[in-house]
This record gives sequence, structure tokens and C-alpha cells, in this order.
Amino acid sequence: MSALLGRLDWSYLPSDPVTIGAAIGMPLALLFIVAAVTYYKKWKYLWKEWIITTDAKKIGVMYGIVAIVMLLRGGADALMLRAATALGGPGGTQLFDTDTFQQVFTAHGTIMIFFVGMGLMFALFNIAVPLMIGARDVAFPFLNSMSFWLFFAGMILVNAALIFGGFSNGGWLGYPPLTELQYNPGPGVDYWIWSLQIAGIGSLLSGVNFFATIIKCRAKGMNLMKMPIFVWSVLVTTVLIMISFPMLTASLGMLSLDRLAGMHFFTSDGGGNPMMYINLIWAWGHPEVYILVMPAFGIFSEVVATFAKKRLFGYKTMVIALIAIMFLSFVVWQHHFFTMGAGANVNAFFGIMTMVIAIPTGVKLFNWIFTMYKGRIDFKAPMVWFMCFALTFTIGGVTGVLMSIPAIDFQVHNSMFLVAHFHNVIIGGVLFGYIAGLTYWFPKIFGFRLHDGLGRWSSYFWVVGFMLAFLPLYALGLMGAVRRLDHYDDPAWIPFFVVSAVGVIVIGIGVALFVLQIVYSVWKRKTLKDTTGDPWDGRTLEWSVPSPAPHYNFAIDPVVSRIDEWWYQKQDGLQAPRAEDYKDIAVTKNTPLGFMIGMAAFVLGGALIWHIWWLAIISFIAIVLFAIARTMDDFTEHTIAAKDVMRMDMEARS
Amino acid sequence: MNDVELKRDKVQLGFWLYIMTDCMLFASLFATYMILRGATNGGPGGDELFSLTFVLVETVILLTSSYLCGIANLALRHGKRKEFFATFGLTIALGIAFLAMELTEFSHLISEGHGPATSAFLSAFFTLVGLHGAHIAVGILWALVLAWALYRQGSNEDLQRKFGLFSIYWHFLDVVWIFIFTIVFALGVA
Amino acid sequence: MKKVLSAYKQERSRYTYAYLLAAGLTFAAYALVVGKLLEGTTLAAALLGAAALQLYVQSRYFLHLDDKKETPRWRLVSYMFTWLTLLIVVVGSLWIMSNLNYNMMMSPNDMTKYMLEQNGKGF
Repeated sequence: MSALLGRLDWSYLPSDPVTIGAAIGMPLALLFIVAAVTYYKKWKYLWKEWIITTDAKKIGVMYGIVAIVMLLRGGADALMLRAATALGGPGGTQLFDTDTFQQVFTAHGTIMIFFVGMGLMFALFNIAVPLMIGARDVAFPFLNSMSFWLFFAGMILVNAALIFGGFSNGGWLGYPPLTELQYNPGPGVDYWIWSLQIAGIGSLLSGVNFFATIIKCRAKGMNLMKMPIFVWSVLVTTVLIMISFPMLTASLGMLSLDRLAGMHFFTSDGGGNPMMYINLIWAWGHPEVYILVMPAFGIFSEVVATFAKKRLFGYKTMVIALIAIMFLSFVVWQHHFFTMGAGANVNAFFGIMTMVIAIPTGVKLFNWIFTMYKGRIDFKAPMVWFMCFALTFTIGGVTGVLMSIPAIDFQVHNSMFLVAHFHNVIIGGVLFGYIAGLTYWFPKIFGFRLHDGLGRWSSYFWVVGFMLAFLPLYALGLMGAVRRLDHYDDPAWIPFFVVSAVGVIVIGIGVALFVLQIVYSVWKRKTLKDTTGDPWDGRTLEWSVPSPAPHYNFAIDPVVSRIDEWWYQKQDGLQAPRAEDYKDIAVTKNTPLGFMIGMAAFVLGGALIWHIWWLAIISFIAIVLFAIARTMDDFTEHTIAAKDVMRMDMEARS
Repeated sequence: MNDVELKRDKVQLGFWLYIMTDCMLFASLFATYMILRGATNGGPGGDELFSLTFVLVETVILLTSSYLCGIANLALRHGKRKEFFATFGLTIALGIAFLAMELTEFSHLISEGHGPATSAFLSAFFTLVGLHGAHIAVGILWALVLAWALYRQGSNEDLQRKFGLFSIYWHFLDVVWIFIFTIVFALGVA
Repeated sequence: MKKVLSAYKQERSRYTYAYLLAAGLTFAAYALVVGKLLEGTTLAAALLGAAALQLYVQSRYFLHLDDKKETPRWRLVSYMFTWLTLLIVVVGSLWIMSNLNYNMMMSPNDMTKYMLEQNGKGF
């Protein structure tokens, strides 16, 4: 322990073969990327066009890239976990030690929720929302850049743990007192706390950003009841983000005060109450899962209407359902700890509320089905992903309602049944929805479509793999298998765990096909080119601009008078723009300050984890100074002249 | 609406939304405090540690500061330069006085062995009241930067808007203090 | 002859009125506690009532959350919604945690006695 380096020490390098492999592999991969960028002389391009950008579309792409890379990491964790459990029965072998197992499932959950789920979500918000509402960018482009780099800082911290110090072993929610100093004095839990705290601030600011964008930046004539349903789902989601993320900040903050300052919020001594942590973090955690799934619902509203070539059934009830889910998601959180001992009245109230929240969700599902009825369905990949969702998510949803009955939950809480349920709804709902959205909007951003066949095959492997990987877990849960278990004595469980392991491999093929789809489509981008800007014969405003969408989105501010405005404009006959329609456009200048704040936040996180106090103070002051510098900058926009806009627009349309 | 109005509107909405998220942050700490207030780890509770008279003085100071900030905002909008600097100056001075009193109370408690690491009750107390104090400190810093800008540049629409945002922030901190006064101190002493 | 106050002086006197009201509520709360005029739950209710009143005064007059034309509608709506969820979380947490504390912090003997009692009531 020294003043200069805190508790940083060579002993924190990994000692087991698995972690050593990762600790060598990751820097090697990074080195390879650095070498490639240097060889192709792309540093200036990378800096100018991507790192300092304030363009939402590019920020969205960066979120997407980070999320997909983290999907591979989280998926590798999953493979390891299922390999361990398949071999963990009586007479089997222990693939790696229990402490490693605990770190792997903690990393798996943390990465999948915070970096894959939230990452893909913000990717899609950035890519689609401004275009769909007829805006040029989000309300606060600088804040958008900063949010991304804070997210990025959190991501680096999670991965750095693998090389130095090891990650938390406390599960993705870090329950005390296990995560308190008494049982976990090392840096692992601190890595977990600070990567989430930093990324969480980024998410909170993005919530504010997108709410303000949707409220203030809509095209003329687009009142709230004429917005696309995806935009409604984002609006409702941002409300959830703004209300719930401060509770995560508070919970993690208090835990970090326990660990850094010896306080007694959740310790087992000194009067601390660990149950309060569980209460507070689930008050965030439940809205969080609705934050993840509601944009997916919104994506499906767009996809189903587009590929059924039919107006979405029940626009008003879809909006009401979204608002109902938003309200209800604040009154169900106790169902995550029915068994903690609250008693019948409390459990009954929250159990009933949980059942109620299934109703608006069901309404949405029926509305999508009714949209398909008598439509002319085009089974492109996004539509196939929807079919996979409809099957998978419904199963997961009903097992959720099953567990909403406290008496039943007492039997299956924290068993493999629960694990099966939440993967069911997250994979079936969130992941399938986000992949559908990525496929759907990909051509708008990149100018070429993803190869459709590979996308459909990816979905087949995903859905079959999902069934193989998770349906056995329902059975295992009912047979008494608990979660986070790396070895067990009952030989009857072995075949189920083995089938589940096979399922994860099949999902792995699905992931590989997804990645292959991207790589192949980039290679064949000339044949897959989107020449019209409207590859799906779409209904909403984003399809009215060329692909790839220009920096300023719309050359001429669109004017809207009805739902699915673009669709009806096409029916009415499109008119060519006139020269006098083009006006000067103001766009936000690029700035390195978002990146700099993100990097300073990373240094701050690392300093707090390793108790390097002087560095923590300096990086904190740096963040404050950078932020003040930004607020004092009065020249944050530059103007594109109308004639240049016209020229660029004519070029893009030819 | 034109671009300038839109920008002003967006920023006002965005800042107000941030204030709402801050409400939820304080709410989490309030809930935690209310649950942990009995967990004194065998030590004294609020009734022995707090002086309600001391806190009353603090409260009146902060309330007056919030009031004067509102007057300053008015004065700025109506172009009353002398009144503005007088009331704004007092706002800042009273804010500093409040912070000084709070730091005195904190160091007194800590030196008597009632620091935040002693018990859950004290952890919750120091964190809740301390976070409010940290917000006040940030506010004072912001106010000083604003005062300097207004002194150098004189009043213009941009600075008036920024001052409007500051006064929302400052009023909001007094709203939070109502509940700290009531729930932490008044109910703690009773 | 009645002096017509300028808009500035009118608004300023509204602020002063609100300030005095808020200060009065603060002193009232102080007096209730120090003067030991009320006790227990009644005292708590009175104090919270005074706080709620002061919240109203400060929200309306200092934060300008009134129904005037210049006040944007989204301010009031978001404020009310935040307060709603805040109350749900705080009151809900207090309800849950006091239930938990009662059920989880009893000695085993007390727990058995409690459970038998509840059983007798038909649970």
C-alpha cells in the first residue's frame, strides 16, 4: 500500500489459466486493432469523424459496436458457465474453481444488462429517434457524446478487471453483506461499482436528452398522437430512466461509502440493513427491465406495420398500454424479493400489481397480431425476428405471471426456473427486438442492407438454441436446482444441463451467423446497396431521406399532418423539392470534450478502485474543469449554407 | 418557434428534468435515512446529538438566501442593477454562512466520536445532509462564476437565462432542506 | 389615493409574502417540537403537514409552479409525476422495510409465538 499507487500491486495479476488467457487475449486483440489502424493510416479519420463527433447517428453506431463486442464477451461467459454445469454433476469434473465461476456469472449478467442491453438500446435511440421525428439531431448533442464516452469508460473498467484484480463475485446486483469489506475487501466489487456508477450517469443523461428531444424537436405538425409508436416507447422509457437511475446511483453510492469510508449502510454490523439495499436496488431494477423491453416493443410496432404493409392496429391503445406499463413498473419491485420475509399483505399487493402489468403487455401482442391479419406479409429478417419474439417472449411472459403469485414464487425463487424466465423475456423480447431494429435501420445508416438470408438463419439458430438452452432450465428449477450452482449431486439433472449446454452452442452459431451477416454484407455492400433510401417501402419519416442519411438528416424540414406521413405522401405522389425550400442549417460542431470527460471518468474510477487518492482528486477536478469549459463556449455550432445543402441533397438523390 | 427560442426552451426543459432526477436521488437517501435512523449501534440518537435551535438558525439563513435569490432574479429581469448585486451578493454570503454552520456541526460531531462510520444512523445522516451540503457548495461556486460574468459583461439575455437556471437550482435546494429540517432534525429531536 | 405598484414591486411583494409564510411555518414546526406541544404520531403528522404546506408555498411562489400563462405546462406535469413516484418509492420502502424488520428481527421464541397467533387468525 503506497501513497503513489494506492493498493495497486503485482499480486493482483490473474493466477488461473482461464483468466490468464483472457488477460493476454484482450490486450493482444487491442494491439492488433491499433496496428491495423496505424497500417491503414486511419488515426486522423478515426479522431475527426468518430471520436469527437456529436452526430447522433455516429454515436449510435459506436454504441452498437461496443454492445456487439460485449455480446461476444458475455456470450463467452455463458459458454463457460454451461460447460461447467454440464460437467458439474456427480462423477464429473470441476472445470474451473468456484471463485472463478462466481466471477464469470457476475461478469455475464453485468455485461449483458448494462453493456449489451443498454448499449444496443442507446444505439437504436440515436440511430432512429431524430430521423423518425423529423429532427436534425438530439436536443443536446454534446451531452450525447459525453454519455457515450462515460458508457465507454464503464466498459473499459469491466474489462480491465480481467487483467488486474479480478471482477466482482457478488452477482450482477452485488448484494451486501457479501459485497461489503468484511467479505470482499479486494478490488473486484469496486470495479463492479464504479463501472456501473459511471455508465449509469451516462444513461441518466441520455434519458434526459432523449425525453427533451422528443418533446421539443419534433417536426412541424407532428403532435404527440401522430408520432410513430417506437418514438412513444422511447418517450416512456426515458421517463423510467430519469426516475429510476438515481436510485441505482444512490444504492451504488452508499455501498461505495461503506467500502471506501467504513460506513454502515448495509454492513452486517454497526446497525446496517442489507435488506434496504435489496429494496432500493430493485426499485431501480424493475423499471430497468422495462426500460430494456419497451423500446423492443416499439421496434416491433414499426416492423410489423411495415412488413405487413398495413397500418398498425390500435394506435391509441398501444399508447395507453405503454403509459400503463410505465406507471405500473413503479409498483411491482418487491416481487424480486417475495421470500425476504415481508409478510402476506405486502406480498399480496405487489403480487397483484405484477399480474396486472401483464395486461397491457398482452394488449400490445394482440395488436401486433391484429396488424398482421389481412396484411400482405413480407417475411424479411426483421419480420422473422418478430415471429421468434412472439413465440419466445410469450412463454417467458406467462412464467412471469406464474411467479407473480407469492406462494408459487416461494418454491421457485432463485432457482433455475427464475433464470429460465428472465432469459426467456430478455432474449425473446429485448434481444430479438434489438436485432430486428438493427437489421431494419441498418441500411439507413450505412447505405446498404444486411444480407437477408444470413439474418433469417441467424434467427433460426437463435430461437432453436434458446429453446434447447433454457426450456430444460424450467424443469431443473422445478426439480430443485438453484441458480449460480457450479456442481450438484443429483444425477437426474445431468441430461438437462447437457441439453442446455448444447443449446448455448447452437445460440453461439446464431451469434456467429449474426456477425458473419455483418461481415459478409460489408464485403458485398455494392450488391446490397440501398439505392432509394426506402428499402422496405416504409411508413415513417426516416425513409424519406437518402441512405446513408446525410449529416444533417433532412435537407428540408419536414412537415407532418398524419400518422405514417411518409407512407401517405408516397400514395399521394411525391413532389420534387424546390430551390427556395432549402434553408441554412445549423449543426453542432464536433468537440473532443465528451471524449476527454469520459477518459477522465475512467481514470477517476480506476483511482477509486485502487485507492490512489491523489489521482482521484486530479481526475475529478479535470472533469469539473472540462464541463465548465464547455458551458463557457459560446460558439458550438456552425452553419451549412442553403446552397450547399441543396447541392448535397441533389447529389444524394441522383 | 425560431431557433433561439427553441434552444432556450430545450435547455430549460433539460435542466428542469435534471432537477427532477436529483429529487429521486435525495428521495432514495431520505428513505434510507428513515429506515436506519433507529440503528444507532448503541450510541446516542438524534435527540441527543442535534440542537434544533442551531438548525433553526441554519434554516432561516437558507430560506432567506432562497428568497433573496428570487428577488435578485426579479431585479435582473427589470434591469435594477444595484438591487441585483446587493441581493445576489447577500444570497451568496448567506449560502456561505449556511455551509460554514453545517461544516461546524459536522466537525463537532466527528470530533466527539460521532462520525459517519460509527453507526448506520450516522452514515445515513452524514450522507443525506452532506449531499445537500455538497449541492450547496457547487451552487456557491456556480453563483460566483455567474456573479463574475455579470459584473464583467453586464446583463444580457443569455446570462439572464443562466441566472434563471441557477435560481431554480437554489430554490430546489431549499425545498429539499424543508424535508431535512422536518424529517431529520425536527422528528429526530422529538 | 391608492398607489399603483409597478410590476416589479408587485412581484417582489409576492415573494416577500411567500417568504414570511414559509418562515412562519418553520417557526411553528420548531415551536411544536421545542415547546413539547404535541407528541408521537400527532406531532409527526403536524410536522409533515407543515412541511407539505411549506412545499406548496415554495413550489408555487419561488419555483413558479403556478397556472399562469408563462409557466410551461411540462414543468408542473413532470413535478407532479416525480412527486408521485417519489412517494410510491419512499412510502413503499417504509412499508416493506417495517414489515421486514418486524418479521425478520424477532427472536425465534417470539417468531413462533407470532406465527401461532397468525395461524389462529386463519392465515
